[in-house]
Amino acid sequence: MTTELILSLVLPVVGAALILLLRRNPNAREAASLVTAGALFAVVLRIYGAVSDGALPEVVLAEPIPGISIALEAEPLGVLFALIASFLWIVTTAYSIGYMRGHHEKNQTRFYLFFAFAISSVMGVAFAGNLFTLFVFYEVLSLTTFPLVTHAGTEKAKRAGRVYLGVLFSTSIVFQLLAIIWVYAMTGTLDFEPGGILRGVMPVPAGVVPVLLALFVFGIGKAAVMPFHRWLPAAMVAPTPVSALLHAVAVVKAGVFAVLKITVYVFGIDFLSELGASTWLMWIAAATIILGSLVAFTKDNLKARLAYSTVSQLSYVVLGAMLANSWGVIGSGMHIAMHAFGKITLFFCAGAIMVAAHRSEVSQLGGLGRKMPVTFAAFFIGTLSIVGLPPTGGSWSKWFLGLGSLEAGQVGLMAVLMVSSLLSLAYLLEIPLKGFFGKDAEIADHHGDSAGHEGHGGHEDPDGHEDHYRAPRWSLAAIVTTAAACLALFVYPEPFYRLMVMVVGQ
Amino acid sequence: MSQHFPILQVVVPLLAAPLCIFVRNGRAAWGLAVLASWVSLGIALALLGQVGTGGVISYAIGDWLPPIGIEYRVDIVNAWVLVIVAGIGALVSPYALVSVEREIEARRIPLFYSAYLLCLCGLLGIAITGDVFNVFVFLEISSLSAYALIALGKDRRALTSAFRYLVMGSVGATFIVIGIGLLYSMTGSLNMADLAQLLPGVWESRTVRVAYGFLAVGFCLKLALFPLHLWLPNAYTYAPSPVTAFMASTATKVAVYMLLRFFLTVFGWHFSFEQMELDRVLLPLALVAIVSMSLVAIFQVNVKRLLAYSSVAQIGYMVLGLSFATVTGLTATLLHLFNHALMKGALFMAMGCVMYRVGSVRIGAMAGLGRRMPVTMAAFVVGGLSLVGVPLTVGFVSKWYLILGALERGWWPVAVLILLTSLMALVYVWRVVEVAYFREYQGEGEAREAPWMLLWPTWALVALNLYFGIDAGRTAGIARQAAEVLMAGIGP
Repeated sequence: MTTELILSLVLPVVGAALILLLRRNPNAREAASLVTAGALFAVVLRIYGAVSDGALPEVVLAEPIPGISIALEAEPLGVLFALIASFLWIVTTAYSIGYMRGHHEKNQTRFYLFFAFAISSVMGVAFAGNLFTLFVFYEVLSLTTFPLVTHAGTEKAKRAGRVYLGVLFSTSIVFQLLAIIWVYAMTGTLDFEPGGILRGVMPVPAGVVPVLLALFVFGIGKAAVMPFHRWLPAAMVAPTPVSALLHAVAVVKAGVFAVLKITVYVFGIDFLSELGASTWLMWIAAATIILGSLVAFTKDNLKARLAYSTVSQLSYVVLGAMLANSWGVIGSGMHIAMHAFGKITLFFCAGAIMVAAHRSEVSQLGGLGRKMPVTFAAFFIGTLSIVGLPPTGGSWSKWFLGLGSLEAGQVGLMAVLMVSSLLSLAYLLEIPLKGFFGKDAEIADHHGDSAGHEGHGGHEDPDGHEDHYRAPRWSLAAIVTTAAACLALFVYPEPFYRLMVMVVGQ
Repeated sequence: MSQHFPILQVVVPLLAAPLCIFVRNGRAAWGLAVLASWVSLGIALALLGQVGTGGVISYAIGDWLPPIGIEYRVDIVNAWVLVIVAGIGALVSPYALVSVEREIEARRIPLFYSAYLLCLCGLLGIAITGDVFNVFVFLEISSLSAYALIALGKDRRALTSAFRYLVMGSVGATFIVIGIGLLYSMTGSLNMADLAQLLPGVWESRTVRVAYGFLAVGFCLKLALFPLHLWLPNAYTYAPSPVTAFMASTATKVAVYMLLRFFLTVFGWHFSFEQMELDRVLLPLALVAIVSMSLVAIFQVNVKRLLAYSSVAQIGYMVLGLSFATVTGLTATLLHLFNHALMKGALFMAMGCVMYRVGSVRIGAMAGLGRRMPVTMAAFVVGGLSLVGVPLTVGFVSKWYLILGALERGWWPVAVLILLTSLMALVYVWRVVEVAYFREYQGEGEAREAPWMLLWPTWALVALNLYFGIDAGRTAGIARQAAEVLMAGIGP
């Protein structure tokens, strides 16, 4: 099994090399991306098979500082994350082919190249065997996604890139690294262990645990807990496939995943709930949930609205972790999965709308649903999943999070969950409603409109209106796949649920 | 043969230096310098191998037994410093060939190599000797040749900066010799081990304490601890590129070594930290140095000057480690001696490549070099990341031990400060990177990739940055062992 672990890191890099070699032939280059993505998913499936049978394969890659190693270990939570990321990479690659060509983006080789690097680092985060490894791949992920964020090369993109790296690096270096070294100074180990490693150091100096936990929660800037969420809306200048996979799934989920993993395997949920160390952080997460939703309301730009929705939804996962009980952790892990499928669908749709109709603002979407029915139907399904309504997978994670907050005796948090569901219903449902039933907001000239938005120089479609409202075929296939997955997960959330039960059962 | 390694360590470069003048030919002198540097490195590595297991080599010069004669005393601490100095010398000397031909007049080139070898000899001598007056002698050899090396810079401001360094350096050396003289007047000995035995008897005397003060100021001047760093930025900025790379990686490191050797071995940990409370002076100065100099570095427009200010900040880290007065802190100091030599060497060498092609190292001149000189700029990026302390580079390993040391003492604000200054390092490195990679090339010069004679030594250092960042087991092990030796002292 250790071969598979190493392979999960190496495969995307090999894919990157192929992409570079085949850069003169776009079709072959994209084929290489797809094949690599498929192979990676197959590898992760094998690891999943082994882990669900109870194995915990691990491998040490290097030992930079005596006692501190770079090690990979597959445990249920990491497998869950890796499964989602590697599966959605296939879908996103297909989507990108349609999007990048339809949008006439430049430097496509660089795009696919760094995408592959980013996925490799995501696998590193998922399978990190100790805090140090997690930190290393976390930072590598920031670096490898930077060229994707600044892809457009415009002044705006550069500024966004600076915010992106600035926030992510400063939080991780000042808070997260400090916390990691602190843990090491107290315990002498950085390994993830069931039940946590802090329990061993008794007596813990009073007040240290809440501070340490806060250092982790805020230090993992990718979890976008307010007030360190600014990088996420800024990163939306990236091409839509990047926003979809990285800033709705891989990067942000790497953040909340790290929070959850550290809560479970470094602190230990029993230890945390005994000390009540996470209570105040619950409320920070709750505040982020509500505030994120409220800000989303004010955004007319579709991607910006989705970005703030992501900020809000990420804190569900953080909240679940901070509840520090089994239901909370299960809900948290399930939400990583469910939100991933829902939000990626929404971003795919936003990208399709941008490519096919050159519209990026919510107010311009009136009547568009009648022209792009599949896209808007998928958006509707994605919306239901984000809000947490049946028959979509999102209902399960909300269910478990609700259970968790009741078990923790926090009725207030239950109310927060309800209110935020209503809020997200309101700001998301507006879009398909406008699309299907709204007045035709036929915008006479796209010239002024499409040119400025998000730095994508809008290309006038020379083919006239025939082709105008059709999303690229590849993209449409991706949209249908993820939307169908949202529905399927309602009926069959089993694999993810089983993995999470293994996490808390240990 | 091998029992004479301690003296050969010094004699080889010392004899090669005048030969360089006699051969009167730049290339031949270069050949000699490279040869002498590599032989020195070989000897240093052999010495490290001999003392690595915990032994001590004592070499009596001319068979005059210590404490009367001059003793060369090698333990793991000096061997470590010798390897750093000789290693950097071995990489800078081949690098110098092309760079010096561009930056120094042809007729002065043999003199350059001669001065370089003397400087190398002086630095190695300081590190190897077990005699305090001998330290002063070698200090003068290295300093005088350093002034000459800096003055060889093409920019005329090199002369004023060399003169400034001369004045400040001489003040420092004078303070040191006064301190040594006072110690001699109290104990009648100049041998370090002997002094360590004799000093506890006269600890209470005011003379010894005054001597301690003189020495402290003298060393801090030589190692450029804030606020005695004023000579450093200009000297590094206007010196020829290989000189900057060499001095930045070795001279201040050897000064730090002198400080450690005198205060921990000769005076002893107990006297330094319990009676003189050295940490109370060093800790605030180190912190101010780290924060203020990182801040100043952010606003520099000349990259060599930027790196020079960063050096002053990095020296702060080394002194900070010492001020923890623990084994972990001292390990961090000794590790950073080595690691900082690797990263600053690589960075200054990369700047030398830029100087060679573009003729300027102002930030504006870097525009577009990411594409024009990809190999050079990649070296700069890796070196810069190491300076910031990104994991898998040596910089991270240093930071790790430093922060661990701070937390061990319970000084978490210091730990936070160390991390914050890493961010400042990120800012000043990033400024260069952004200009190099995001702006179009504007100059009209040739701006091709630098010649491989410049690139390979640069990349050798970059590779070491990564190698010892991924596998720091050996370096950290030696540093810890050396820290334990220093903490234990050799006094009663």
